[in-house]
Amino acid sequence: MKVLVAVKRVVDYNVRIRVKADGSGVETADVKFSANPFDEIAVEEAVRLKEAGKATEVIAVSIGPAQAQDTLRAALGIGADRAILVRTDAEIQPLAVAKILKAVAERESPDLILLGKQAIDDDSSQVGPMLAALLNRPQGTFASKLTIEDGAAVVVREVDGGLETLSLPLPAVVTTDLRLNEPRFISLPNMMKAKKKPMETLTPADLGVDPSPRLTTLKVEEPAKRKAGIKVASVAELLDKLKTEAGVIR
Amino acid sequence: MSVLVVAELHGGHIAPATLHAVTAATQLGGEVHLLLAGHNVDPAPAAAIPAVAKVLVADGEAHAHALAEPLTALLLPLAPHYSHVLAAATAFGKNLMPRLAALLDVQAISEITAVIAADTFVRPIYAGNALATVRSSDTLKVLTVRATAFAAAAAEGGSAMIETIAPADAGPARFVGQSLTQSARPELTSARIVVAGGRGLGGAEPFQMLESLADKLGAAIGASRAAVDAGFVPNDLQVGQTGKIVAPELYIAVGISGAIQHVAGMKDSKVIVAINKDEEAPIFQVADYGLVADLFEALPELIKAL
Repeated sequence: MKVLVAVKRVVDYNVRIRVKADGSGVETADVKFSANPFDEIAVEEAVRLKEAGKATEVIAVSIGPAQAQDTLRAALGIGADRAILVRTDAEIQPLAVAKILKAVAERESPDLILLGKQAIDDDSSQVGPMLAALLNRPQGTFASKLTIEDGAAVVVREVDGGLETLSLPLPAVVTTDLRLNEPRFISLPNMMKAKKKPMETLTPADLGVDPSPRLTTLKVEEPAKRKAGIKVASVAELLDKLKTEAGVIR
Repeated sequence: MSVLVVAELHGGHIAPATLHAVTAATQLGGEVHLLLAGHNVDPAPAAAIPAVAKVLVADGEAHAHALAEPLTALLLPLAPHYSHVLAAATAFGKNLMPRLAALLDVQAISEITAVIAADTFVRPIYAGNALATVRSSDTLKVLTVRATAFAAAAAEGGSAMIETIAPADAGPARFVGQSLTQSARPELTSARIVVAGGRGLGGAEPFQMLESLADKLGAAIGASRAAVDAGFVPNDLQVGQTGKIVAPELYIAVGISGAIQHVAGMKDSKVIVAINKDEEAPIFQVADYGLVADLFEALPELIKAL
């Protein structure tokens, strides 16, 4: 079984982002980037499938600028076998990402495609279902458990009321939620090994995809700030404030 | 042109989030139609929503568990008759709408929090730390709606037309089972008061204290990611960037440090209370009322005083 994993390079989750003064976007110069945490979970899951003898090859793919090579090296460090960078400096929106990944999937014919359930920069949470649709494959989104058995992916999904289990005949697309696994720490020897693994570079044009954006961002602004509150000294004072000042408890 | 809202059904009942999506739909111009796809569905409650002009009912076994593949097949021929197709940005909407959008060659717009014009919307990015105003160049718009940003539409008093349409065939995915959290408490995303616990509670047992507090207040229970990861409570209680978005009148955060990912899910609450023994905890930066105290002393005192 061949597994394709998509990884996005995003502003690190610990960075407190700043909106640019001209309202054109978010400041990304001199900011730490890393792999989207959900995608890292997807890579870890793919590598575990390989270690368990279920997967034969794990291919990591990323779309983005030259620096996305670092993101792919990290995926190779976790244990992916090879990587593909679809290089572009342009803004690539989820539909275009899905089209590019579809073209890559058609070249590689994976039995399973794993991706994060959302990227923590644009929070769109669209690529997984879009890719599944374009490839006409079943989808298992928000996976907190994944088992491969008898040519199917059995996915436990985190849904609003609890958990739901689906069985998807392979090939299928699965998006990962937080509790699927905890990605490993990449050891120095594995980091060194990752440097020697093959990485192919393509462009959206090589894949025959027009990645033009459909959405125009008119402005980006900071949300209204909550006004600073007060500290209360005791439970009694807290209750008094909630009853008389805020009026939220009767 | 009309606007189509895809209803989400929980045990045959319309989910509260759908009523919020209906309100967003009324801001787009045109009649609002509601698609009710399920198995053995009763269209009467949907037809009673005054803002809805027409209810489309697709009743079939393939729609019993709201799987994305048959729902997409059902929606695909319907969508081009509408200017907008939308659903609430719940697990249901996030699973379905991008799949539909891709097949329509439309760039979907996720979790809108405001309608500026029929083609222009506001949506949060970076865990709500920035708000983007985006304009779509697609003819048809496919949207998901952040429920807390729009009031719930009235549920009674209307008399919409009901039209039955053929359900889709079953898709390749097979529903195996589900384990839904049973609770007599209000639903987390629509509760007037939410009591939420974090890692500071230290275990599943101390969470029971939180339940006593919730019982006294008629509140729903929420949790931080740390508390869910540690196994104190089930996943569906998680509030935050990747969990549920809530905006109750009162949010009481107990033993929650206030990571930006958590704050993203509750910062639109009307009143926020934080109880934490670490006075440097970032949760105090968003709290209207902060109590620096050991929760194991403060909680019993609070419960007793109510």
